[in-house]
Amino acid sequence: MSDAMSRSGLHEPALALHVEDLTASYGGSAVLWDVDLNVPPGVLAAIVGPNGAGKSTLLKCVIGAVRAAAGHVYVFGRPYVRQRHRVAYVPQRTSVDWDFPTTALDVVTMGLYGRLGWLRRPGRREADEALEALAMVGMDAYADRQISQLSGGQQQRVFLARALVQDADLYLMDEPFAGVDATTERAIVELLKDLRSRGKTVVAVHHDLQTVSSYFDWLALLNVRLIAQGRVSEVYTSENLRAAYGPRVVLIAAQADGSPGEPETSAPTDAGARRTTAPPGPGGR
Amino acid sequence: MSELQAWLDQPSVTIVAIGALVGIAASLLGTFLVLRRESMLSDAISHSVLLGIVVAYLLTGTLDTPLHVIGAALAGLATVWLTDLLARSRRVKNDAAIGLVFPALFALAVLLINLYARDVHLDTDAVLLGEIAFAWLDVVNLGQLEVARSLLTMLVIALVNLAFVVFLYKELKLSTFDPQLAMAFGLRPVAIGYALLGLVSVSAVGAFDAVGAILFVAFVIVPPTAAYLLTDRLWWMLTIGCMIAIGASFAGYAFARAFDVSIGGAMASATGGFLLLALTFGKHGLIARGWRQRAPAAPPLPDFGAVSTGPAGGGGVSGHGVGGGAGQAVSGVPRAQVEAPSAASR
Repeated sequence: MSDAMSRSGLHEPALALHVEDLTASYGGSAVLWDVDLNVPPGVLAAIVGPNGAGKSTLLKCVIGAVRAAAGHVYVFGRPYVRQRHRVAYVPQRTSVDWDFPTTALDVVTMGLYGRLGWLRRPGRREADEALEALAMVGMDAYADRQISQLSGGQQQRVFLARALVQDADLYLMDEPFAGVDATTERAIVELLKDLRSRGKTVVAVHHDLQTVSSYFDWLALLNVRLIAQGRVSEVYTSENLRAAYGPRVVLIAAQADGSPGEPETSAPTDAGARRTTAPPGPGGR
Repeated sequence: MSELQAWLDQPSVTIVAIGALVGIAASLLGTFLVLRRESMLSDAISHSVLLGIVVAYLLTGTLDTPLHVIGAALAGLATVWLTDLLARSRRVKNDAAIGLVFPALFALAVLLINLYARDVHLDTDAVLLGEIAFAWLDVVNLGQLEVARSLLTMLVIALVNLAFVVFLYKELKLSTFDPQLAMAFGLRPVAIGYALLGLVSVSAVGAFDAVGAILFVAFVIVPPTAAYLLTDRLWWMLTIGCMIAIGASFAGYAFARAFDVSIGGAMASATGGFLLLALTFGKHGLIARGWRQRAPAAPPLPDFGAVSTGPAGGGGVSGHGVGGGAGQAVSGVPRAQVEAPSAASR
């Protein structure tokens, strides 16, 4: 691997996202432990796992918002800092203050701040691009709305428009379906598929086991450690789900193969998995 | 020139101008502190900068060097850094961390004054209250012009803060609204945060002589809070905050003259008066809120253009979407509640 790197200056350039030995912790307890993640280009990848499994932290480590204790991240063969312009990040909708004094259009324009760089200000051209992105998510009529006047689904659409305006190659989305209405959920799915058809790669933290197979084609199961990754059809097995969610989900997972069941797992399972960074569950694999 | 000098020689002009400049310098930065929910850091900083001033004095033996501004800025940043360190240890909550750090630094400063600088004009009353009424007595020569030292200091500080906000407007906005995206773009939100609080420290020192720590805190927090109730735009919030600060220094001075009370106290009270007005009559104030409850809700949300006319391929998807409990635990917002506004409008 190091040979390949020294020749081309690239590390695993065939992968949209390559995460190596990633370990991160909050206040002494490991949130991510030795995670190796590989996402090929042109797929819709879901990162799935119980609460506290480190899914959001994984994305934050990729963009450098959380400092990893160890490990490396490569985006299209280069460290993230050299590929910023090719990556769009959509944080959890609830991570920002929607009472902030600004408009939907202005929030979308923020997606262009990276391209503008330091000190340069957005102008006419940026406003036009932002408006175009808002139109793509059916929100152009709301451009001048103060963002607190938007519903949850509308706010999520604004966030997606902000990612679209970046015209990236890799889209990192943290819970894009969280707290949105059914119409918006369908619309986001279509948007993701449109991105894939244009050769873009999406890595989304997802919370809903029922919809994984229909929305995504690539799956990484995470519970502090990486449990399994690959095509959804290969990874979405009751054995893997049990390894990720603990024994209680075994029954649910068995049902999930046929008819959907309750996707949430109990908090104790989650907390247990978080404390012991060993593969969860007795005889997990 | 002599006309300007005559104008400046009036104590009232100097006093009101100093108040207004403190207000502008403070509320420009305060706008971002309020939006970051860090406004109480200004209180902490305005106390702990005393340590920086004392240490700078002990090192140089004088109060008249720019070094004490640097010392104060460092002490302010140390406050923020220590608070952050304590909060991040997860042994102490963030607000408690603030409350632990700044009294400790302030107490250390008071002890140092008692031990080594008892005879110096560094008394703690002046730090807390200042004395704007006598600010015009201490003048410096600026070419042919005699200007009150505090006026000159605050003018420079206000201009620096204005330049900071104007040039880094985009970066300040993003790092306040969405620090994670700012981080992803490499726009260094943490560094910007420290720069902001460093300037708060410097402004606090400048405001010490004139108005004292408490009035400074009032100017940092109150005008932006009032402006927040009056507008939905960040640059308007900055502008209105400055206008309120200016208005408060005029009104406060007039009030103090009329009732023969502390000018600093009257100016601080005046900012509160503006807040009360904004709270009552503002866009987001009490009256407007009562009005809005009767107004119709937003129109229903359209599908994306691509979806409404799109291929039937999404059909398999829609069946799942409705029942999906995706991320409700994370967002904490029940789905029914999110949909409520659009449902009501139909």
